[in-house]
Amino acid sequence: MAAPHPESWIRVTPEGLYCEPGDFHIDPARPVARAIISHGHADHARPGHDAVLATPETLAIMAARLGEGGAGRRPMPLGYRQPLVQNGVRVTLVPAGHVLGSAQVVLEWQGSRIVVSGDYKRQPDPTCAPFEPVACDVFVTEATFALPVFRHPPAGQEVRRLLDSVALFPGRAHLVGCYALGKCQRLIALLRAAGWERPIHLHGAQAAMCALYARFGVALGELRPVPRPERRGEGVLAGEIVLAPPSAAATPWARRLAEPVTALASGWMRVRQRARARGVELPLVLSDHADWDDLLHTIAETAAPEVWVTHGREEALIHALAARGVRGRALHLIGREEEEEAPPPEAPEAEAPAAMGLA
Amino acid sequence: MSLPAFAELLERLLFSPGRNAKLALLRRWFATQPDPERGLGLAALAGELSFSTARPALVRDLVATRVDPVLLAWSHDYVGDFAETVALIWPEPPERPNRPPPALSEVVEALELAPRAGVPALLEGWLDVLEPGGRLALIKLVTGGLRVGASGRLARQALAEWSGQPIEELEEVWHGLAPPYRPLFAWLEGQGPRPDPRDAPVFRSPMLAQPLEEAEAAALDPAAFRAEWKWDGIRVQAAAGPGGRRLWSRSGEDISPAFPEILEAMDFHAVLDGELLVVREGVVAPFADLQQRLNRKLVSARMLRDFPVALRLYDMLFEAGEDLRPLPFDTRRARLEAWFARTHPARMDLSPQLAFASVPQLRALREGARAAGIEGLMLKRADAPYLAGRPKGLWWKWKRAPLTVDAVLMYAQRGHGRRSSSYSDYTFGLWRADGELVPVGKAYSGYTDRELVWLDRWIRAHTTARFGPVREVEKALVLEVAFDAAQFSSRHKSGVALRFPRIARLRPDKPAAEADRLETLLALVEH
Repeated sequence: MAAPHPESWIRVTPEGLYCEPGDFHIDPARPVARAIISHGHADHARPGHDAVLATPETLAIMAARLGEGGAGRRPMPLGYRQPLVQNGVRVTLVPAGHVLGSAQVVLEWQGSRIVVSGDYKRQPDPTCAPFEPVACDVFVTEATFALPVFRHPPAGQEVRRLLDSVALFPGRAHLVGCYALGKCQRLIALLRAAGWERPIHLHGAQAAMCALYARFGVALGELRPVPRPERRGEGVLAGEIVLAPPSAAATPWARRLAEPVTALASGWMRVRQRARARGVELPLVLSDHADWDDLLHTIAETAAPEVWVTHGREEALIHALAARGVRGRALHLIGREEEEEAPPPEAPEAEAPAAMGLA
Repeated sequence: MSLPAFAELLERLLFSPGRNAKLALLRRWFATQPDPERGLGLAALAGELSFSTARPALVRDLVATRVDPVLLAWSHDYVGDFAETVALIWPEPPERPNRPPPALSEVVEALELAPRAGVPALLEGWLDVLEPGGRLALIKLVTGGLRVGASGRLARQALAEWSGQPIEELEEVWHGLAPPYRPLFAWLEGQGPRPDPRDAPVFRSPMLAQPLEEAEAAALDPAAFRAEWKWDGIRVQAAAGPGGRRLWSRSGEDISPAFPEILEAMDFHAVLDGELLVVREGVVAPFADLQQRLNRKLVSARMLRDFPVALRLYDMLFEAGEDLRPLPFDTRRARLEAWFARTHPARMDLSPQLAFASVPQLRALREGARAAGIEGLMLKRADAPYLAGRPKGLWWKWKRAPLTVDAVLMYAQRGHGRRSSSYSDYTFGLWRADGELVPVGKAYSGYTDRELVWLDRWIRAHTTARFGPVREVEKALVLEVAFDAAQFSSRHKSGVALRFPRIARLRPDKPAAEADRLETLLALVEH
């Protein structure tokens, strides 16, 4: 008997992707009884589920970000490559290379295999396990950067541009906007790899995730909170690097910094208009998502004859896949954001917690 | 050094809002790049490199051979700019050619020598070895679309700071030189003589006036000064002689191509200082008319007919080869008048000197100065030589008292650089008869630091909508806006444009409904 097509046992419900025989959802947008969570970003990991299966790192991130019970009433840690069978459906988590703990969810049922990749990237990232391609019948992919204009440069090159700017403007602070989970820690690790040994200063909103990464053994070097100026009108941290949420540059908090060079680390910075709309002085093209070339070659590596696209620029990806003989289907999942873009609410004058012994 | 280094400079200049940051970037470029790269980069920034060999259509055709048309169209829709789309989408060949990216000089030389038919292959070869930034710089360079927000004047300022030579010295030799300016760099690095411009028309840094404050006005010695109207046009320097004719803006930009009728009239050997104005049948038109003629490379016959310009002369720097700048103002004026009586150049007249015997008389003149084209008074010391820059106490500008309206704050935008965390740019409006508030202008100065903090807090607390960096606010805060003049404008929804609007006072005490009406402003428009 031929294996069932994944269409017959995985479907899109208002809550999100649902595995019928296993009776669980993957990255559901609303509270459900059983959820598998690919990674800790807010548009994938939501609060209020009953049972939550995820990597230990992702569960820790959910608990830290969503508060008490954020990782569900019954958190169920599952390490990478340790299969678990749920109602006859074999579930395996495989590294996705997106952020710490991020996983592709591999589901097998009656000889049919689907891989729900969550978000992923192929560029090296010293802060998380690298993506591993898994052969499958259907590959479920994001399409955040699915236009051929998005080809991310090597991350080291962008970090060198940042350090070059720090050297050119020693009298100014460099304020780098970056997403608090993943991008921030990757940027710190890349700066360390490029030889930046000075303390790196954090906006209060970045501190918790850095501390969590450190607990999981990711070395980030000396991190410090951003001090207040001693005298009114003075700027602090000239010549230093400060990491903050992307929105912080526009808040009164940023006024304490010495004539800041505002940088933003995001894949969207590839396009000038995007950079200009954000009023960025130093756009850094640094992304935790696969770029156009990586989307296509990853799909080729999975050898999947069919690809489902969750969110992003699905029409371009499906068009390109058709030219390669791969069937593409848009899932139109709701609740997914261009997370590198979504403006977080205006940060209050968040102060870093006093005890940040992360060295 | 290579085109990618130049591309990085362009990129950073484009995104750096601050003048000091731009200067630092340019200084480093001059200090670290070898000849001829640094000179060619300078020329490209100053708009003095141009190629007629590559048209945008050529780039369009090239990319069409490599990219799926559907993906190209979607990408273009997303990115907006076609050159940028091509730079980003250009697929690297499967085997990256084993050669380094080209130097700027290599590109410039090859394009100068290449026959038209050879250009596509050249371009394709370069695109294959460049990164997106380098590709964009290349495409913009060869199609003439390089705009980076760094003027030639700024580049020369950076040269002056880097080398320690005064900017005035640089200006005097600059216009006699051609890219890649090797003799210039040799001189600036102390390895060659000062380049001699000989007969070539060169720009002389103009003498500038300081604003006259009340206290200084009271102490002014009327016998020592001469008075003229302060014209509301643009300050220009007209230089003509055996080496050619040039019209320069106050900052040393060559604006000759925009004003062919003035160039044609410059049939003399002299360097003159004056005001460029639109004048119809002897009457000076509002500044908005002159704006129609600015920043154009080509001028249509219609523009020449509808917006005729004239030059109102007020000083003479050189007569034939003789440098008059060390002479006192009175002597130069006499020389100018005698020369003008002999020469009678077309489209030019003399800015008249105004008779006065006392400061109160001057004050009366200034207060009466509310005709079109006059901004106030210029006061020049009779015995002062012509000195570059803004020397103290020799030339004063005494602007007429500003007009004011009470307007309502409508939108606020975050500033740049030091002000990027503050809402510092304000769009304000006045009430129309039908009860609608219409925007009449935008101001980003005039307030104190303390008022800026107050405004910023008010705006954050009264935001009703956000559009990127712009916030719409409750129509509840009255601002007293000062401005020099109001002029009709078809480009503004209100039909009126303000000259030099600034925030004079915050009026949180005044109810928004009691702010001024649009009719009040329209009554102030000059005809």
